[in-house]
This record gives sequence, structure tokens and C-alpha cells, in this order.
Amino acid sequence: MSVWIAVVATGLGCYALKLGGLVAPRRVLDDPRVRRFTELIPVALLTALITVQALAPDGPSLEFDVPRLAGLGSAVAALLLRAPFLVVLAVAAAVAAGLRLAGL
Amino acid sequence: MTARETAPEAPRPPGGPDGAATADGPDETDGAHAAAVRDGLGVGLAVGLSGFAFGAAAATAGLSAAQACVLSLLAFTGASQFALAGVIGGGGGLVAGTLGAVLLGGRNALYGLRLSGLLRVRGARRLLTAHVVIDETTAVATAQPGPRTARTGFHVTAVSLYLTWNLTTLLGVLGAARLGDPGTFGLDVLGPAAFLALLWPRLTAGRAELRVAAAAGAIAIVATPLLPAGVPVMLAAAAALAGFVPAGLGRRARR
Repeated sequence: MSVWIAVVATGLGCYALKLGGLVAPRRVLDDPRVRRFTELIPVALLTALITVQALAPDGPSLEFDVPRLAGLGSAVAALLLRAPFLVVLAVAAAVAAGLRLAGL
Repeated sequence: MTARETAPEAPRPPGGPDGAATADGPDETDGAHAAAVRDGLGVGLAVGLSGFAFGAAAATAGLSAAQACVLSLLAFTGASQFALAGVIGGGGGLVAGTLGAVLLGGRNALYGLRLSGLLRVRGARRLLTAHVVIDETTAVATAQPGPRTARTGFHVTAVSLYLTWNLTTLLGVLGAARLGDPGTFGLDVLGPAAFLALLWPRLTAGRAELRVAAAAGAIAIVATPLLPAGVPVMLAAAAALAGFVPAGLGRRARR
């Protein structure tokens, strides 16, 4: 039963945070610097998220998983070659899966 | 989806109000609109696949199929869900696990702040919209050239990802034993690769963005081993300040 409470509380807490940002008074965004800051926030948070998912997906310690990093590296290469979005993802997953299959 | 040729890689004018994109801007073209739809569907399908990984992780952690599915339906923010499942699986405290999972969702509040001007939803619709303010929808919306395409990208991503994420959660939790380790298929790379692809136009568009990204990555690397999960990514929001360095803006004291 208590797992159910944790599941529902997590759902409600996450929802409250999403709603909080969306309904924050627009006045907050009147200052152009605040607006510029919020425009850059997705860049900052998503980059941090990519970094954490790449280097520490399972916990606090950094780990350098070769297939995962090679997968992301090949995603960068595909992006530099202007590959379409789904191709970028397919290449990244295939490289990681291939290297793991090869035992790296 | 094309390599974003249809979406000009020009940064939005700094400080320009989101609603100010003109009717003849790149925002209005059919190509840009179609690109936004393709972005949304692509992310919905590709990232939605990682729902398999969550379903499998939840089953491994001992959550019932119903619990895993309710979590995906209610929380609908992957990192928080993985965090809670991880704590439960590791026998950790449920209160601490819940708090950590909610904390991980804190960045969605910042996304909401960013998106409120872009989406322009009012009244009761905000209650529904809020539920889908997450990494993926924000990434697609902010990757578009203007507010109209941003709204299109946001909604297409929201609907397609909500459907795939919940469906794959169910399939993942039921088929966990047969699926094995999602890493075998490279599914663990899909999330970061998708975010990278979506950020790409902005990273190559402006020096300020690049500085912010570099600072955010550095903060994440330094803070991750030291602070509880979720805090480093939130902390990285401070990296957005790096975008102001060259502008030489004065500091008017203003609260």
C-alpha cells in the first residue's frame, strides 16, 4: 500500500511543479533580462541532462561507458553531416548496441 | 525529418517577446510547420521507446504493472519515474524516494516559465497543458523558428509521446523478463541523443548558447558526484547566466 502512496505522491508532486511554472505571473517575464534567462534555461537544463544521462545514468558516480559515449559521439557526427533526426537516433543506438554486442 | 534546413538556424532576437514573430516570418511557412510536426512525431516515437526501459525497470524494482502504469500516466516525466523505481528497487525509504523523484521534476517548473509565453494557454486548459510540460516537449517547442510552429511542435510531441510512453510502459512492465537489458539495444542512448539533436540548431546558432551549454555541462559533471540526484541538473540553470556575459548588461537592482 505504501508504494501506492509513493507512486501517487510522486505523480501529484511532479504535476504541481509543472503547473507552478506555467501559471507563474507573466509579470515575472516583463524584465527583458529575465526573459532572456528563461530562453536560455532549456539550453542549460537539457545540456546538463544530456551530460548526466551520458556519464552518470545510474547514480552519483561518473562512469565512462564506452558504447554509450561512442553512441553519442556518432550522434554528433551524424548531426555534423546534417542527418535527419531519426537517422541520428538510429545511428546512436546502433553504435552503442553494436559495441556492446562486440563485448566492449 | 529533414536536417532542419526548413528551420533557419538563426537565434531569436535576444529579449524579443515570443509573440512578436511576424505573420511573414519563417514561422508561417508550410515547410516550417511540417518540420515541427515531424519533430514532434519523431520524438514521440523515438523517446517513447524508452518507456520499455522504464516498464522493465519498474518491474525489476518490484512495482506491479498497475503501479508502473499509474506512475507513467500521473507523473509523466521519465527521470522522476526512473528515480522512484530505483529507490524502491534498492530498498530505499519511500519518503526520501518520493522527495527525490519530485525534486527531479523541478526543472519542469522552469520549462513552464519559459513555455507560458510561447504557448499562450489560459484558464482551465492550462491544467491539461501543464501535465505535458517536460523535457521533450520543451526541447521540440524551443527548437522551432517561431511561436506558431513552437505550439505545433509542443502539442504533437505531447500527444505522440504521452501515447507511446504509456503504451511502452505497459508492454515493458509485462514483458520485462523477455526484454532483458534495454542497453543491449542501445535504448539508453536514445534519450540523450534525442535531446542533443534537438538542441543542435541552438548550439550551432549562437556563441551565448554554446557558452551556456558548456557551463551547464561543467556544472553537471562537478555536481553529480557530490549532490543528490536531480540537484545538479537544477543547479545547471545558473549556467543560463553565462549567456549574459558579453552583453555587458548592468545590474539594476530589481526584485
